[in-house]
Amino acid sequence: MTRIDDRPATTTRRGALRTLAGAAAGAASLPLWARYTHAQSAEPIRIGFQVHRTGIGAAYGRWYDRTTQAAARLINEAGGINGRPVEIVAEDDGTDPKRGAEVVEKFATQHGCDIAFGTLFSHVVIGSAPRAGELKLPYFVVSEGHHVASGMLNRYTIQPGITDVKSQVQAMAPFVTETLGKKVTLVFPDYAYGHDHRDFFSAAVEAQGGEVLAKLAIPPAETSFTKYFPKIPRETEVLYHVMVGPGVLTFVKELGEFFGGRGPELFGFIDSLEAVAIDSPGLEFLEGSHFWEGMPRYAQPDQSEYDAFYRQQVGVDDTGASVSDPTDISTYGHMFGCWETLYVVKAAMEASGYAGPENRPAMIEAVEAMTEMPHSRQHPQGPKIFNGKTHQVFGRQHISQVRDGRLVKVHTTSIEDTFYPDEVDYTTRPF
Amino acid sequence: MEIGPYFLLATLEGAVTAAVLALTAVGLSLVFGVMRVVNIAHGEFFMLGAVIAWWVAQAVGGHPALGFAAALVIAPLIVGGLAAAADMTILKRLDYDPERTIVATIGLLYVIQQVTLMTYGPEARPVEAPFGTRLAIPWIEHAEGGWRLYWPWGLSTTSYKLAVMAAAAAVLLGVWALMARTRIGLVMRATQMDRGMALAFGIPVERVYALVFGLGAGLAALAAVLIVPIRQAHYLMGADPLLLSFIVVIIGGLGSLPGTVVAAVLIGLSDGIISVFFSPTLAKIIATLLVALVLVFRPQGLFGTRAA
Repeated sequence: MTRIDDRPATTTRRGALRTLAGAAAGAASLPLWARYTHAQSAEPIRIGFQVHRTGIGAAYGRWYDRTTQAAARLINEAGGINGRPVEIVAEDDGTDPKRGAEVVEKFATQHGCDIAFGTLFSHVVIGSAPRAGELKLPYFVVSEGHHVASGMLNRYTIQPGITDVKSQVQAMAPFVTETLGKKVTLVFPDYAYGHDHRDFFSAAVEAQGGEVLAKLAIPPAETSFTKYFPKIPRETEVLYHVMVGPGVLTFVKELGEFFGGRGPELFGFIDSLEAVAIDSPGLEFLEGSHFWEGMPRYAQPDQSEYDAFYRQQVGVDDTGASVSDPTDISTYGHMFGCWETLYVVKAAMEASGYAGPENRPAMIEAVEAMTEMPHSRQHPQGPKIFNGKTHQVFGRQHISQVRDGRLVKVHTTSIEDTFYPDEVDYTTRPF
Repeated sequence: MEIGPYFLLATLEGAVTAAVLALTAVGLSLVFGVMRVVNIAHGEFFMLGAVIAWWVAQAVGGHPALGFAAALVIAPLIVGGLAAAADMTILKRLDYDPERTIVATIGLLYVIQQVTLMTYGPEARPVEAPFGTRLAIPWIEHAEGGWRLYWPWGLSTTSYKLAVMAAAAAVLLGVWALMARTRIGLVMRATQMDRGMALAFGIPVERVYALVFGLGAGLAALAAVLIVPIRQAHYLMGADPLLLSFIVVIIGGLGSLPGTVVAAVLIGLSDGIISVFFSPTLAKIIATLLVALVLVFRPQGLFGTRAA
């Protein structure tokens, strides 16, 4: 083996000073081409994108990324925001709350981002939002959790692009109890998002005169599920299931094996099958069962031109798969939230004349002042109504049925079905 | 569900876990027994087996049994080859120093995991089972007019799950025969007992080490190929088997094959039964507690002999 130079690597004071002086001189003499001709105004608007590249949320993260990049590209092609280009600064949070808070901090202090955006998993949102509030960094989440509207978070955390679980389950409970059955058993992941389902769906079912027989919590990182199913009571008429993480396909397969075609009616959140092909081997038993979908994965006969445009721009075909790889199934029921949120950010920055971090409070006030968001290319999922007090958006929900291995939309709720009384008024909180 | 069928279902589920766990843990135990190397990357070899199985099944196409059969041969060979190469290029250079091999295999763990993430991607992908008929199991109950048979909800298994148990048993018998009845097994045992003496008798110890490391990884990969039609291939799937394998190897006795198998059955079954009746978290707590008790009261493990 060769011996590398074994002189101790010393840094002398003189040497360090010389380097520093050189660097300073270099910085000062940067040619004018390295500056923006319009000073600050042509600098990009930097959007910190907290993305689940790894960990249990990775399949969502990949599609959240594609949707975000597509929307950012369109915004830039149309002239950016306030004449400035948008730059997406993506950082992996490992679907981990602790790492999530660190990522938010990096956005604010290292990357110099104007806002942070894009988090899905609710435990990461809950772990990151307090730090965003302390750093006074507007934090736009795309999470579905009720934690924003519940008043648990802060004035800097806003969810303007996707509806929350409480409104979703409340709007759908009448369909479940009227068409499927009144005795319901819940299977949900054992963390904040699943607890929203447990609490709000139970309440909604009971309000409809139904009954919740059992509530089965399953750890989100679980890989085998049959062992939980014997706890499903025999008199169950409807099994309400929502599952997340890498084990979702195993979950539905084992559910099918367990009941062997003799089980209760199944009503699932599409989360149980996001990024999974409905026609995967072993899922034949899902035929006839119902799913909630935030946005229908399969292009429906009454598809809007906005949905068609959005699909084409993100690169998704009519079955919800990537146009370049038909085995790569999107998380279609959720990822529209990234797209819509970016357009809300654009609208808010333009309305408030956003020029830099000192305008952050004005930008948040501009979002809070929003109300109706019409069905458009900016909002391809459908029309929405934003509640500035609770920082939460409301919109239509869809229920689809599996027919011939495709998801066919059978019911759409109204926006009004999803309303519930305000639980917080963030606008009264100081910045 | 009534207690009887419930218990039977729990046992069946536990037996599948036990079968796969036994194969994985025997691989780990073999490496530790012969080489005295703690292989932290063992779980990643397991994961790699599942991922390669998906890849092979995809490439072969046709009837699912064809792809699966090909994967059953190809995945353990590739993973075993990779592991042997890792042994020759990394572990050998470290002179199998215990501390440094632990650090090196931790590094290997991250390299394998991240390369898989970068190439195969973050999603869980299924491999179709070659066969998988659902077998409903009847139970007897006492109704008016005497005993009668009935089919409880959910009390079932699949022909594939039974095949996994049989396959695991056959492979374990094969490993035992290899170690106890063949010349190469004799050489391995000799190396295990006294490396210096084996070297003096002209045994190519370094080649034996590479072979054992490859064999251990190959067993993990084989276990993964067996389980992948039940659970999907995912780049993070190696963590649980690694933890459980360590638990099994410590309880069974480091380097003892029969001890490892007995402990795997014990942990697999108790995991199935405890998680069905109580909670999966409690099952993990009890298994870990058992490790602590074994380490305190019988540090050599149930079947181990005191280290020389």
